[in-house]
Amino acid sequence: MSTDADVHASQPPASDGLVMGKDGMAALVDVLIRRGFTVVGPTARDGAIVLAELRSADELPYGWGVELEAGRYRLRERPDGAAFANAAGPQSWKSFLHPVRVREWSADRVEGELVFTADQDTPPRYAFLGVRPCDLRAIAIQDRVLTGGAYRDSGYEGRRSGALLIVVECTEPGATCFCVSMGTGPAAGPGYDLVMTEVVDEDGHRFWMRSGSQEGAEILAELPTRPADPETRETARAGVTAAADRMGRTMPEADLRELMAGTLDAPRWDDVAGRCLTCGNCTMVCPTCFCTTTEDVTDLTGDHAERWRLWDSCFDLDFSQLHGGPVRASSRSRYRQWMTHKLGTWYDQFGSSGCVGCGRCIVWCPVGIDITEEAAALHDWTQSGTSASASAPEPP
Amino acid sequence: MSTVTPPLPYRVAGTWDETGDTRSIELVSAGRRLPPFAPGQFAMIYAFGVGEVPVSASALRGRHGGLVHTVRAVGAVSAALCRLRPGDGVGLSGPYGTGWDLEAAVGHDVLIVAGGIGLAPLRPVVHAVLDRQAAYGPLAVLVGARTPADLVYRDEIESWRGQARVEVTVDRPAPGWQGAVGVVTTLLDRLDLRPERTCALVCGPEVMMRHSARDLVTRGLAPHRIQVSLERNMHCATGHCGHCQLGPLLLCRDGPVVGYDRVADLLLVREL
Repeated sequence: MSTDADVHASQPPASDGLVMGKDGMAALVDVLIRRGFTVVGPTARDGAIVLAELRSADELPYGWGVELEAGRYRLRERPDGAAFANAAGPQSWKSFLHPVRVREWSADRVEGELVFTADQDTPPRYAFLGVRPCDLRAIAIQDRVLTGGAYRDSGYEGRRSGALLIVVECTEPGATCFCVSMGTGPAAGPGYDLVMTEVVDEDGHRFWMRSGSQEGAEILAELPTRPADPETRETARAGVTAAADRMGRTMPEADLRELMAGTLDAPRWDDVAGRCLTCGNCTMVCPTCFCTTTEDVTDLTGDHAERWRLWDSCFDLDFSQLHGGPVRASSRSRYRQWMTHKLGTWYDQFGSSGCVGCGRCIVWCPVGIDITEEAAALHDWTQSGTSASASAPEPP
Repeated sequence: MSTVTPPLPYRVAGTWDETGDTRSIELVSAGRRLPPFAPGQFAMIYAFGVGEVPVSASALRGRHGGLVHTVRAVGAVSAALCRLRPGDGVGLSGPYGTGWDLEAAVGHDVLIVAGGIGLAPLRPVVHAVLDRQAAYGPLAVLVGARTPADLVYRDEIESWRGQARVEVTVDRPAPGWQGAVGVVTTLLDRLDLRPERTCALVCGPEVMMRHSARDLVTRGLAPHRIQVSLERNMHCATGHCGHCQLGPLLLCRDGPVVGYDRVADLLLVREL
């Protein structure tokens, strides 16, 4: 039987990765731009760390950390000058892979006949710089939803297939993070092209870099690096391990899928409905929420029409509209739909949880509703013995 | 696997009234055609510039050889579809979703229970069973409507009488109505149901399907031998928009036709 130590010892030095100094980040961005990528990464703007197209590494949020709580997000300066020591911001990569608004096709009335034309815009080739492990999993989840079924969303597929993913492991989780509970971080899972771990100590500001694909290896080879020394590797690993021990939130120790399926009539839904504004912020910031609606428009001639697809939210009253009214009229049923889908029925539909533990829904909820707290309350209810006797009135 | 593409252009070959607010439209294509539809499957019909709605095929081969859909004018798109005239163009995509499992009904008595326009997706089943009568046991068609004026396919229903047991009821009679009055489940009392040999196909308002299915289970039908066709607000039909969820099911993909055994519990949860 081999131990982890044996495995590491038996691998060639290249698998130990390389070390790149802070100034190598400028080279990385330059290499990506030269290779034709549109580089998107975090930058501090408008009081938040947002994702935006980067022209140079100078735009990265060096020296900015974040202070997170339920319903609260604040930037705060970090003396160590780290670029990636900040947890998830308000946006996620779905803003680029599954954009808010997309034209799907257009239709023209030509001599009485309808002619349909698919939208053929060539998407940019994105390089995502600074993808968190939780968000790497979120991308894999959206891949499954949008391209893993009988129908593939070809627009998503076009944007996704060209995208280069450069992951940064987490060393500074936020108070609202629970990726350990969801099994998505703080160490990077599979699917990246390059992965980096940021280290700032008395030996300097540097990144431990490993490649996960041929293209990632080629890019890494163009950067100013040196073989990774054991100290840097150990410090990087220790930073990630320590992050796992510093999660701000945890999910209850329960099978969440069963918990959701078994608590549809729990009184807790009324409690959360008393706080939920049904604003849909949680669905907008969630990196896996994928729901969309369609909008059909015509121009002034009346002979040209377009089909647009827009993000939608299950918190919107119109979302479940059928003739005769919405299926989910109460905020209780809408919050329940979102949470039970995310943590429960997502397994039935797409084979995994829909939650990656990034904590965005907690941070950006204007009234600070906390999905981990709600799950814990449902779990407590099932343990309290009152659940068995509760029975809801049947629908008419 | 196929990618999401624009609809195909189809043309209205004929359109006619079924009731005061419900019309049937026969659609044909001059060029590329969609793959064949099975009974119970649905199309997305696009009204130019207005939008798209899911509609089950109400006949697989109309007078002009086209697909027939029956549409009730309840929203902007369905109202636009009801205004179409012969020669008008629409966009059509499909077939989508699960159809009725007619193989499961082979060798069984076939019981059709329809409420209102719920008869539309079941009409191709009647056609299929009557076309292959030797393969099935006796066919019974139970139809309910709010009022006599809301009965769709009235003449055609009458024409089935020789080959099938046909019972019709209305919730509220009108002057001259000689038939039964009451909800559609009351018609079950008129049948000599052989529960162990019967396959039931049910479509109508959700409340009607729930009561019908439960009544049938009480009469001895196994839940998996009852199929229901469920409706939600579908925007894409390809499993990507999230609108048609019913708990674990995406009804555009896992439905619209599902075994009652899979949804009996879900239908009891308010506002799911």
